[in-house]
Amino acid sequence: MIISMQIWEYTAVELSERIKRGELTVAEAVEAVFDRIAETRELNCYITLEKEAALKRAEQVQEKINAGELAGPLAGVPFAVKDNLCTRGIRTTCGSKMLENYVPFYSAEAVERLEEAGAVLIGKTNMDEFAMGSTSETSYFGAAKNPVNPDYVPGGSSGGSAAAVAVGACPFSLGSDTGGSIRQPASHCGVVGLKPTYGSVSRYGLVAHGSSLDQIGPLSKDVRDCAAVMEVICAYDSKDSTSVQREDTNFMDALVEDVKGMRIGVPSNYLDDAADEEVKAAILKAAEMYAGMGAVVEKFKLPLTEYGVPAYYTIASAEASSNLERFDGVKYGWRSEGAQDMHSMYKKTRSAGFGAEVKRRIMLGTFVLSAGYYEDYYLQALKVRRLIKNTFEESFKKYDIILTPVSPKAAMKLGESMGHPLRLYPADVYTVTANLTGFPAMSIPCGKDSKGLPIGMQLMAGAFQEKKLIQAAYTYEQERLRHV
Amino acid sequence: MTDVVADKRTIIEEYTIEHVGVLAQLELTPQEKRQARDDMAGMLAYVDKLRELNTENVEPLTHMNPTQNVFRDDVVTGEDISEQLLAGAPVRKKNMYVVPRTIDEA
Repeated sequence: MIISMQIWEYTAVELSERIKRGELTVAEAVEAVFDRIAETRELNCYITLEKEAALKRAEQVQEKINAGELAGPLAGVPFAVKDNLCTRGIRTTCGSKMLENYVPFYSAEAVERLEEAGAVLIGKTNMDEFAMGSTSETSYFGAAKNPVNPDYVPGGSSGGSAAAVAVGACPFSLGSDTGGSIRQPASHCGVVGLKPTYGSVSRYGLVAHGSSLDQIGPLSKDVRDCAAVMEVICAYDSKDSTSVQREDTNFMDALVEDVKGMRIGVPSNYLDDAADEEVKAAILKAAEMYAGMGAVVEKFKLPLTEYGVPAYYTIASAEASSNLERFDGVKYGWRSEGAQDMHSMYKKTRSAGFGAEVKRRIMLGTFVLSAGYYEDYYLQALKVRRLIKNTFEESFKKYDIILTPVSPKAAMKLGESMGHPLRLYPADVYTVTANLTGFPAMSIPCGKDSKGLPIGMQLMAGAFQEKKLIQAAYTYEQERLRHV
Repeated sequence: MTDVVADKRTIIEEYTIEHVGVLAQLELTPQEKRQARDDMAGMLAYVDKLRELNTENVEPLTHMNPTQNVFRDDVVTGEDISEQLLAGAPVRKKNMYVVPRTIDEA
């Protein structure tokens, strides 16, 4: 029996291979993805779509593929990016009224590199406003929805990017991760998401949320696609002063099925304290699978786990309050009307242009940085950050990988968290540490809860150890496929 | 409201919210100010946990990577993009951004 797959179902690498073999054209791939986008419109994955520009670009890419000039694993593949990445000539809103009509005249470096590799940009995905949130409900353009069950959230803040990949509305996408914003929606939607080591992917063109925490990363259908995207976007960029020159970015070399002897640590206090029973069971089952494949799996007590989230929110809101000062209605973006003087214009623009959660975090950030409170709050948080980093560095001497849940529970219902934002913060417990330390971390699907909603597991590794993550993730993924 | 949050509320006086509003260039309605006070109290109670830790002699973590003070030569590169920059302005006049009055009348 031949099961024919729809074009939108192929992985990115598979799609590119078929295009390079001449089975279909780049334009056909783009058309197929746009058909799928139309079918799944109710999920509100996209804020802006650019079909005409994409088809035009598809022609150019096809020519280059035919001439042998573009032969990489992503040549001809349509992709989407989160709407906080600047795209030349294409509106970039950050999910906010403040930038509703902002059109950058340059593209983010990560986007440029993907386009140079022959991938075709098709649109900008929905997100929590200015990347502040974990449900994608704070978007000025309406909430994005979980493809597995549209009554539930896709996670956030890269909810649109995750949902689009999960439902085939793009083969892969880029998101950004400040406290878990790639990994958590990946987990909630059942796709693969990776936050690279800080400094690996240029932040040039990423609208900043927390400059010492932010990283751009891929969301994809499988680990191979993730590795392929990583190879393209991880590169030194002189335009980003925090960019790092990495020696080895051949991540696809790590697509090897072997975890024999890999030391995997599972923090027992993470499981006991926060995760619900179904998540706990899924993580432990994955740990067992790894042990069965020859990994050395061990439970251990990870110190300082209850300090990660408070440290994160102090630092992230402080940095955000500084980064969002630039939105004042003077040079670009939305400006409120009728102000009689400059200061009044600033206040009216910012108060009406930003949503409630953004204003909340700006207020908190401003407070912790203000005179008289700076030492007690912000400086203390930076010191705790140092302690947390030390803890992880110690742990990574004993373990190659630390295995944790991504989120205490699977996706919540739409509307459940509105009006109680503080309730959401503790749920970031597993993901914020990778941003505080700068270390890489990945989310891969490992199960479902009793409602059928996806559960992801998080793999963490030391600085610049993405190859360990990819190898461990790939091995698990391939083994799981054999048992489906 | 728990004791800890109530305790925080005493730090967050009316004038604190006013002051923070001024620093952050945000204008809040009386209702929003009340809500902000509760939100802030809740958030501060939450992050106050950090003060449990002894951080004497701990260096704050300010740089994520060894690279610091990354400079380049002070040379002009690239072309004149002033027109592209001005194109995004809410209000412009020739090569200037137009804004409401910035100086008080004498």
